[in-house]
Amino acid sequence: MQFQLEKRPAPSRTMRIVTPFAAVALTMVLGAIVFTLLGYDGLAAVREIFFTPLTNSYKWQDLAVKATPLVIIAVGLSVSYRANVWNIGAEGQYIVGAIAGTGVGLLTHTMTGPWIFPLMLLAGIAGGAAYAAIPAFLRTQFKVNEILTTLMLTYVSVQLLNYLVFGPWKSPTSMGQPQTVLFSADQSQPYIIPGTIVQVGTPIAIVVALLVWFVMSRSVFGFQVRAVGASPAAARYGGFSANRTVWLALLVSGGLAGLAGILEATGPFGRLVPQFPTNYGFTAIIVAFLGRLHPLGVLIAGTALAITFVGGEVAQTTIQLPFAAVGIFQAMMLFLLLAGDIFVRYRFKRSVPEATRAAA
Amino acid sequence: MTVLNRRTLIKIGGAAAALPLVGGRAFAQEKLKVGFVLIGTPDDNGWNFGHDTGRKYMLDQIGADKVETTVVTNVAEGPDSERVFRELAQQGHKLIYATSFGYGDYVHKVAKQFPDVKFEWATGNSTAPNVSLYNAKFHEGRAVLGTIAGMMTKTNTLAYIGSFPIPEVRMGINAFAIAARKVNPEVKVKVVYVDSWFDPAKEADAARALIDQGVDVITQHTDGPAALQVAEERGIVGGFGQGADMSAFAPKAHLTAIIDNWGPHYVKSVQSVLDGTWVEGSVWDGIASGEVEIGKYNEKIPADVVAAAEKVKNDIAAGTLHPFAGPIKDNAGAERVAAGDVIDDGEFWAVDWYAEGVEA
Repeated sequence: MQFQLEKRPAPSRTMRIVTPFAAVALTMVLGAIVFTLLGYDGLAAVREIFFTPLTNSYKWQDLAVKATPLVIIAVGLSVSYRANVWNIGAEGQYIVGAIAGTGVGLLTHTMTGPWIFPLMLLAGIAGGAAYAAIPAFLRTQFKVNEILTTLMLTYVSVQLLNYLVFGPWKSPTSMGQPQTVLFSADQSQPYIIPGTIVQVGTPIAIVVALLVWFVMSRSVFGFQVRAVGASPAAARYGGFSANRTVWLALLVSGGLAGLAGILEATGPFGRLVPQFPTNYGFTAIIVAFLGRLHPLGVLIAGTALAITFVGGEVAQTTIQLPFAAVGIFQAMMLFLLLAGDIFVRYRFKRSVPEATRAAA
Repeated sequence: MTVLNRRTLIKIGGAAAALPLVGGRAFAQEKLKVGFVLIGTPDDNGWNFGHDTGRKYMLDQIGADKVETTVVTNVAEGPDSERVFRELAQQGHKLIYATSFGYGDYVHKVAKQFPDVKFEWATGNSTAPNVSLYNAKFHEGRAVLGTIAGMMTKTNTLAYIGSFPIPEVRMGINAFAIAARKVNPEVKVKVVYVDSWFDPAKEADAARALIDQGVDVITQHTDGPAALQVAEERGIVGGFGQGADMSAFAPKAHLTAIIDNWGPHYVKSVQSVLDGTWVEGSVWDGIASGEVEIGKYNEKIPADVVAAAEKVKNDIAAGTLHPFAGPIKDNAGAERVAAGDVIDDGEFWAVDWYAEGVEA
């Protein structure tokens, strides 16, 4: 007896929304079992990783800080992926955005004024977008696969960052350590909730998600992106330029990654250091898919991933769960989601092998 | 009955939020909770292993009835570490060791929020009323290794695999080169940086490339034994363990090792917190006080080389030999330290040049 996957005529809308939640739930169940078998307290592991960050109000500020860059980057990526443009190098655009904004910061370091911080944000967006323009150009002019170029350019951006912080941008007071000067008050994200570490980046992330949601669902641009992504031929017939969509998708996702980068530099980091790249650009790929490439879904998914990071640290300190456990939980989540998607879009059908049929 | 309105909800939330604090305080009176934040995992057999060995030694000496420890591994040098420090402080840890330079900004941020928690920042450069520094003069050990390498090499080509070009690493290279050229003026030292504290694949690649260029003694300032394993496999004269004895990985190539002996410092500083005598300060000891140890000499090292190495070690311990005693020329030929002068502890951190014979 053999099974075949057969495409469903139309995937169930309900199931599309239910699957991510089911994937998270199943991750908890499997995680509890796996870590119990490994000799840890599996139930406590799940509790500390998934629930402590939510129940302990001290952790909410950490969730906000951790989710902010993930959400901003993933919202951009969701636009890009909707258009079938596979920007894998958000990490690089994030780094270059931070570099561009920091460049403005270093030029304005001795000045004061409320215009400096917004200018740095704009420079960050421009930097990220410009860095994503390279793969856009290569793709539209020479048909170079953007998966490859965006990914490879990430490594280039790390070298650029290292060159700057070890060389021309090194702080004169750092005792030889590779770091830029600390940003001044006018160059740093303002705190918005007194007594916490929540800065203005968090509301920016929410606004970005809402704005992109509105644009994607209500504007011609949004329709164009979705149309080109769903069916390039039909979109061309409808008069939409595929090349233009590639450009827009990469500029939007690159610009938002750049925004996340400069927010992270002017907020939690406070300066550029070689340790600045922390894989937010790659983790945001999981967030985008877990959020169903929908800006509001991304908000939830970004928070979910932030929970696993913050909870992972709690679990390390309270029940000595190894660091790798977090990675296992995150990977399991994405795997189960993608596996679940197979069942949403396809169904199993028992099939009779060709040979038996011929003999019959 | 309690009416659930916004005010009571805030009260309940506040009470719930305060619960962990109460638990932490009550607990801390019985046993001192000590946190260790590591950049990698203790099984790197180098830097992190050294700190973990020190922690275990401290537990043995002081007794598990008086102190308990929490180890958090793989903590990135960035805002993630800020969260870990705050988490440990909230859970009632009264003494927290931050074992890497890049934690500094975040140690200081969290230290301000928790004035009753003591922080110790390894290899750091600024103190606060509740932040102390501790470091070890590894470059003293480098002088011993350089002596051995200079006498043992047949090709007169030594190699140094570095992590990042920061003063601490540069001065390790300089100490090694100066000592090697004292016993063998023909020696040159090739330097390769791998842009990481722990990247076994890159370290091994660098080792292979260096051996292909005629290097026959290799040393490294990274956290693992990868380069030594390559040295063993290629059958060159040898290499050295860094941070811990690594002879198990390369029995033939392992000439000796610089062993970080943090244990005595941890005992001293934990005891001072128990006694209530802990004060802001900075500890930078070396061979003399036993913080830096030289491991067992490989039996293939001739007796005269062992004698020379021991003499360097003992003279440094006795204070009659300074690893950076002039005259010292840099690798461009300019005199950096005049005869009769030394590079003192303050000047150490500003060094941005390499000693004569270094090819970087």
